[in-house]
Amino acid sequence: MNQVNVRYFAAFREATGVETEHLQTAAASPAELFSECAERHDRLQSFSAALVAINDEMSNWDAPLNDGDEVLFFPPVAGG
Amino acid sequence: MKSFEVTPTAIDLEEFRRRLLDNSCGAYVQFDGWVRDHNEGQKVLRLEYEVYIPMAVKEGLRIIDEAIQKFGVSNACGIHRSGLLELSDIAVVVGVSSPHRAAAFDACRYIIDEVKQRLPIWKKEYYASGEAEWVNCQHCAHPV
Repeated sequence: MNQVNVRYFAAFREATGVETEHLQTAAASPAELFSECAERHDRLQSFSAALVAINDEMSNWDAPLNDGDEVLFFPPVAGG
Repeated sequence: MKSFEVTPTAIDLEEFRRRLLDNSCGAYVQFDGWVRDHNEGQKVLRLEYEVYIPMAVKEGLRIIDEAIQKFGVSNACGIHRSGLLELSDIAVVVGVSSPHRAAAFDACRYIIDEVKQRLPIWKKEYYASGEAEWVNCQHCAHPV
C-alpha cells in the first residue's frame, strides 16, 4: 500500500467537492487510482480525455505509483 | 529574450512588445487571443481561467524553448491570463521576433497551438442563459 496525495482541478474538483485527498491505496498506476477515486465520487467520469501529472511532471496513466507521490488529475485542458 | 508568465491582471501589450525589440530582427509577429461573445451556439458573457501555475509556467517555457530551437527565431515570449475576464479582454498573447518573417509566423503559430493543448489551464464560460460550463469537459462529470 502507498500513501499518496491526490489533487483535483477545475471540473474534477467541482465533481468531487474536494481539492485534495490523502489516500492509502493499493492502486499500481494513476489509471487504477482514478478508478478507485471514481468509485467514491460517483460524479467523476471517465479519465479517457483527461491528463495526469505526478509530482508536477506530466505522466502516463500506466506509470508506477510510489509512496509519497502527489498525483494531479487534470480534466481536458482549454487554454488560449 | 524569452519568457512565459501567467498573470491575474490585464496584459500590457506595449510593455510586452518592448521585451521583443531587437536590432538584429526585421520581423515581429504577435498573436492575441480575445474573449469572444459566443461559443458553440451559446451567448458568452464572461469567462474564468483556472491555471495550475507551477506546471503552466514550466510547460510554457518548454514550448518557448522548442520554438526557438525548431524555427531559429531570436526572441519569443508569452503571457496567459488567469481569473475572471470580460468580453474583448486579452486572454493570451504570444510574440516572436526574428531576422526574417517566415520563421516568426511559424514559431508564433507553433507556440499558441502547443499552449492550447499542453498547458494545465481550464476555461469556464458563463452564458446569457445563466448556465456556466467548463469548456472541453462535457463528459468529465455528472451535472448536479
